[in-house]
Amino acid sequence: MPKGQVIIDSERCKECSLCLTVCPHDVLRISKTINANGYHPVEAALPENCTGCTLCAVICPDLVLTIKRLVPERT
Amino acid sequence: MRTVFKKPRAMTKRPMHYCPGCTHGIIHRLVGEAIDSLGILEETIGVASVGCSVFAYDYFNCDMQQAAHGRAPAVATGIKRVLPQRTVFTYQGDGDLASIGMAEIVHAAARGENITVIFVNNAIYGMTSGQMAPTSLIGQKTTTSPRGRSVKDAGYPIKICELLATLEGPSYLARVSSHDPRHILQAGRAIKKAFRMQKEKRGFALVEVLSTCSVNWGLTPRGAMEWLAENMIPTYPLGVYKDVTAKEGD
Repeated sequence: MPKGQVIIDSERCKECSLCLTVCPHDVLRISKTINANGYHPVEAALPENCTGCTLCAVICPDLVLTIKRLVPERT
Repeated sequence: MRTVFKKPRAMTKRPMHYCPGCTHGIIHRLVGEAIDSLGILEETIGVASVGCSVFAYDYFNCDMQQAAHGRAPAVATGIKRVLPQRTVFTYQGDGDLASIGMAEIVHAAARGENITVIFVNNAIYGMTSGQMAPTSLIGQKTTTSPRGRSVKDAGYPIKICELLATLEGPSYLARVSSHDPRHILQAGRAIKKAFRMQKEKRGFALVEVLSTCSVNWGLTPRGAMEWLAENMIPTYPLGVYKDVTAKEGD
């Protein structure tokens, strides 16, 4: 089970690819689909590799990415 | 799973008009996160400048005012003096702050006005399509310096943090960068501190954020980030230039 999950708001994406340059696990790639603005938005190619480190969301200029992370249950 | 990163409450849902890869979006978010983390959204008033960031009032969820070109610190002074309980910040680019607004920023700093200034420096006039700015680097090619900025014709880049650090008024002056996640997180901390200084009534705080303009620099968004790190940081060294709380061990 992946430790993190990246939720992508494709319509906001402008295909700047900055998120791709910082992801340490190659989770993201540019998709072949086109959004309403004519950009190819990012998509999660390898979602199972996501650790929820948030680096992609930190560098994303357009608030495309929301990150969830598995938090260990406290007993 | 717990949500660990999402749009700050201090920002609206409206998609930003900035070019792909423009760091304005990152810096907007850092300001939004600082406002959120200090819990001051309802009492904050922002002043937008002229330039690419002119539409900042559409993207922040707080009260916003649009100022004439370069006059944001003067407008913010007025707002802060009439409504001293409110947190007032300006968001200005280098064409706005370091060129036409030079008098306003220097005097606001000299008076030690209790406002926060976010100064976005990308070394070029972005909105008007890439003319040379006062902050352009020596040798930098722009539409008005096609052979590169020459010292003989255009002098030297203006370093705002160093310049304002000679004054007694400012309480916090820092230069940060937005070219990789580590520096973005540092920038976020500096911006938060600049807001906190105002809450503590310590006076004028300015954070200069080095930024990219990939379209007018003629680079890809990634290339622009690298260009910033290689060329801008040597001219504009990062660091804290003034901090009145440093002596107190804050």
